[in-house]
Amino acid sequence: MNPKLVAARNGVARGWIELKHTSTNAQDLMGYLFPAVLLLTVMFFMRDATVPGTDFSLGARTLPSALGMGIVFGGMVNLAQQLMVEREDGTLLRAKATPNGMLGYLVGKITVASGMLLISLLLQLIPGLFLLEGLAITTVSAWLTLTWVLVVGLVATLPLGAVVGSLFENPRNFGIVMLPLMGLIATSGIFYPLTNYPTWLQWVGQAFPVYWLGLGMRSALLPDEMATVEFGQSWRHLETLGVLGAWAIAGLILAPIVLRRMARRESGSSVAARREKALQRAT
Amino acid sequence: MAAVAELDLRAERPGPPDDSSVLDVRDLRMRYGTTDVLTGVSFTARPGEVLALLGPNGAGKTTTIEILEGFRMRSAGRVRVLGVDPADGNEQWRARIGVVLQSWRDHGKWRVRELLAHLGSYYAPYSTDVVRRPWNVDELIEAVGLTPHAHKRAGQLSGGQRRRLDVAIGIVGRPELLFLDEPTAGFDPQARREFHDLVHRLSDVDDTTILLTTHDLDEAEKLSDRILILASGAIIADGSADELSRRMSTAAEVRWTVAGERFVHSTHDATRFVHDLFREHGYDVADLEVRRASLEDTYMALVREVESGGASEAVHAFSRERADYVAEEAAP
Repeated sequence: MNPKLVAARNGVARGWIELKHTSTNAQDLMGYLFPAVLLLTVMFFMRDATVPGTDFSLGARTLPSALGMGIVFGGMVNLAQQLMVEREDGTLLRAKATPNGMLGYLVGKITVASGMLLISLLLQLIPGLFLLEGLAITTVSAWLTLTWVLVVGLVATLPLGAVVGSLFENPRNFGIVMLPLMGLIATSGIFYPLTNYPTWLQWVGQAFPVYWLGLGMRSALLPDEMATVEFGQSWRHLETLGVLGAWAIAGLILAPIVLRRMARRESGSSVAARREKALQRAT
Repeated sequence: MAAVAELDLRAERPGPPDDSSVLDVRDLRMRYGTTDVLTGVSFTARPGEVLALLGPNGAGKTTTIEILEGFRMRSAGRVRVLGVDPADGNEQWRARIGVVLQSWRDHGKWRVRELLAHLGSYYAPYSTDVVRRPWNVDELIEAVGLTPHAHKRAGQLSGGQRRRLDVAIGIVGRPELLFLDEPTAGFDPQARREFHDLVHRLSDVDDTTILLTTHDLDEAEKLSDRILILASGAIIADGSADELSRRMSTAAEVRWTVAGERFVHSTHDATRFVHDLFREHGYDVADLEVRRASLEDTYMALVREVESGGASEAVHAFSRERADYVAEEAAP
C-alpha cells in the first residue's frame, strides 16, 4: 500500500475524529451555536424591512449572504486559527515527526474545517427556512448552485486559511487579519446591498471572495427576480466562478510554498520559545 | 563548493566512516549569526546502545538532537543517522526514528488509545518482516503503564501520565533509533523506575538505539551504556560512568574513626592510603568508608574546568587518557 495514500486516508479519519471531538466540548459547541443564534436573531428582526427597490424581505436576503460570509469564516478563518493554535501547542511538530504526518495533518484539517463549516451552515439554513419567508430551495438547480458555490468557496478559502495560518506565528495577533476582514464584510453586501455605496468601495468589495460567495448563495436561495437588484441585473455566475477561481489558484500556488516554509522551521525549540513568550505575556 | 570540500576534509580527520553505526557525527558545527553553539561535536553510536547526553543548560544539547532528528539544518560537519544525512532524510527514514521532545501539549482533545492508534497507522506501510510496525496499541499502552487511562483525554492526564503518553507516541512506530529529550521530567520515583525498565526493555529486547538527554546524573548512570558530556559546544567526555570517574583523576574520599574520633581524608590513591592507615593503626580503625568520586563529582569537575577556560588542557588530557585506555583494552 502506498504510504502517501495511507496517510491521506488517515487524514480523512483524523478529520472525522476531530469533527466528532467538536461535539463534545462547550467551546466548540458555542462556536457552532453562537453565530447561528446571533445571525438568525438579526435576520428575524430585519424580516419586515425590504431590499431597496423591491418588496422583498431584507432579512431573507441576508440569510444566503450570511451563508456566503460563513464560508469565508469556516474556510479561511477557522483553518488559519487552527493552524496557529496547533503550531503553538506542538501538533504540527508531532505531524512532522510522523512519516507522511504533514500530509495526513493537512488532509485532516481540510476535512474537519469543511465538516465544521457544513454543520455551521446547516444550523443557520434550516431554522432560517422556517423563520424567514421568500427563500426558495425546492428546485434541483437551487441545490446544485448551493453545492457548487460551497465547493468552489472551500477551494478558494481553505488555501488562503493555510497561507494566513502559516504567516502568523502568534494566535493573539489574529486581530491583524480579523479587523480588515470585518471591514471587507461591510463592503461586500452581506447585510445590505452595495448598490448605494461609492463606486470605489463597490470595486474593493468585488475584488475579494466574500462578495462573490454572498452573491452565489443568494443566486441559489433567492427567487430569480431578485437578480434585478444585483449589479448588472444578473447573478453573474461566470464572474463568480472567475473571481473565486482566481483566488483558488492563487491560494493553491501559494499555500504549499508557505506551508513548506512553515513546516521546515518547526522544531522543538521553536515550539518551546513560542510557549515561553506566551507564558511571559500571561504573567 | 570550496566550503563543501573543506567540510569533507574535516570530516575525514576523526577516522574512517563507519557504516555500521546508527549515529555517526563528525565535527558537527552550528552557528547562529555570530554565535557558535556547536564548535565540533563528534561521536558515534552502535545498534542497541543507550547514550546519555549531559551538559549544562545552553551547551547545545537540544540543538544537537534537533539536527540529528532532521528538524534543524547544521552549519557544517558530517552527520549520518541510520546511514542517512538527516538534512535529506525521507519519510521512510522518518519511520525508523522515534522522537520524544521536552514537552508537548498537543492533541488535548484526543483520547489516549484513539491517538496512539491514529499515529500508529502512519507507520503501517513501513512494516517489515524484521520490524513489525506499528506497535500493537493495547500492548503499547500496557508497556507505558497507561492502561487505566486508555480512554482519558490527553488534556486530562497528569504531568507524568502525559509524559508517558509522549514516550508511547515516540515508540509507536517501533523505532530503530529513539531520541528522548529529558524523558522523566515530572515523574514520581515509581514512574521513573517503570520508565527505566521500559528503556532497558527497548534496548535489550528490541535492540533500539537510544540517545537521551537528562539533568539527572543518577538516571544517566543507570540507563546509559555511554555518557557524552557536552560543554561549550563540544563533547568534552565520552565513556561509561565508570570510565569517566576513573579517568578523571578526581579524589576519593576516605572516612574512618579511631578511638571514637572521626576523620575524613581526600586522596587520589585510596588503596595506598587505606593500606598505610591500617599499618599505622591496625585494628583501631573502625567505620571505614571509601567513596569514589561519583558521576556528579566527575561531571562537575569536568564542566567547571571547561567553563573556567582551562578547558582544552583538561579535556585533551582526558581524551588522551581515553585513547590510551581504549588502546589498552583493544590489545590482547
